[in-house]
Amino acid sequence: MKRSHEPPLWLLFGAGGLLAALLGPALILLTGVVVPVAAERGVEVLGYEATRELLARPLVGVLLALSLGVVLWHAAHRIYHTLRDLGMRAGQGVWWACYGSAAIGTLVAIGAVIALW
Amino acid sequence: MSEPAKITLEVQRYHPEQDSGPRWQRYTVPYTAEMSVLEGLQYIKDHLDGSLTFRWSCRMAICGSCGCMIDGEPELACHVFLRDYAPGPVRVAALDHFPIQRDLVIDHSDFLEKLETVHSYLIPAEERTPADGTHRQTPQAMADYYDYAQCINCLLCYAACPQYGWHPDFAGPAALALLQRYNLDDRDGGHRLRERVIDAEQGVWGCTLVGYCSEVCPKGVDPARAINQNKAGSAARYLLGWWRPGRRRGEDRE
Repeated sequence: MKRSHEPPLWLLFGAGGLLAALLGPALILLTGVVVPVAAERGVEVLGYEATRELLARPLVGVLLALSLGVVLWHAAHRIYHTLRDLGMRAGQGVWWACYGSAAIGTLVAIGAVIALW
Repeated sequence: MSEPAKITLEVQRYHPEQDSGPRWQRYTVPYTAEMSVLEGLQYIKDHLDGSLTFRWSCRMAICGSCGCMIDGEPELACHVFLRDYAPGPVRVAALDHFPIQRDLVIDHSDFLEKLETVHSYLIPAEERTPADGTHRQTPQAMADYYDYAQCINCLLCYAACPQYGWHPDFAGPAALALLQRYNLDDRDGGHRLRERVIDAEQGVWGCTLVGYCSEVCPKGVDPARAINQNKAGSAARYLLGWWRPGRRRGEDRE
């Protein structure tokens, strides 16, 4: 029997799912409610300058880019397997499209925070 | 006395010596409230068409022989009632994903071969002889695997699993649930032997956690849970394999 090479992808999928479940509701509350309500009252939360300065700190920036990355890997894994569950003969091409776009997204995110340094 | 109520059954027929492919045949069957779909099939065989072929034995969801697709859902024919499908037509077909031998009878050799690969028997952790007496365990230890031990090999879970349908190499829900049944037994010492199956492409990694297997199981086995309980351990073994000396990742271990 051939050993499966899925475990690393599954671990990234698991990490991304956990992060999305933990951070998703907080992000919705923050960006959907707190920021606009505060802005209406003339208070700036997560303003451009402050956020830029925060992200320019290497540790914060890289951690954030990696967090975004694993959420992308989660999405890639979910989409790839859902296509297979729906009966699509998802071969190498689809595999590369799913995981490749997650990899590119992760690299772009890391590149973006490095550009702020 | 009034006429008994009637239901129409559309039964999948296939006699390989004369049919080029499966076809549907309609029968009208009188039924009472307590009659199962299996009893409907038996009525057809006894009174309407003796050539209809299907497996059955216990009539009480214990033997696992009468599994078939009823209106597209995997069911034990003895476990569902005609009244719930009245007035029909209700479609009764052979289990999905298996070759048909005749009418509703499938060839389950593929499952039997897979069952052999998962070592679904007790491999004692310590050397024992009959003189040691009964191999006892506590009720708590038994509770760990009891649910998985309820499998009757009816194969409804294989008919439900889309991944088994598309990738017939996949060991499948029942075999992997039985593997987990023995791995969770505190008297068993066969974990290492079963890791080979768990870690394989055809093992737990063939499962995408659709979960339909657990939904259709007439015995509440929950194979989806059994399979996915193994993914974390298998992933840990994969990562450890990176620096475990003398073992290459991805090697074929026969």
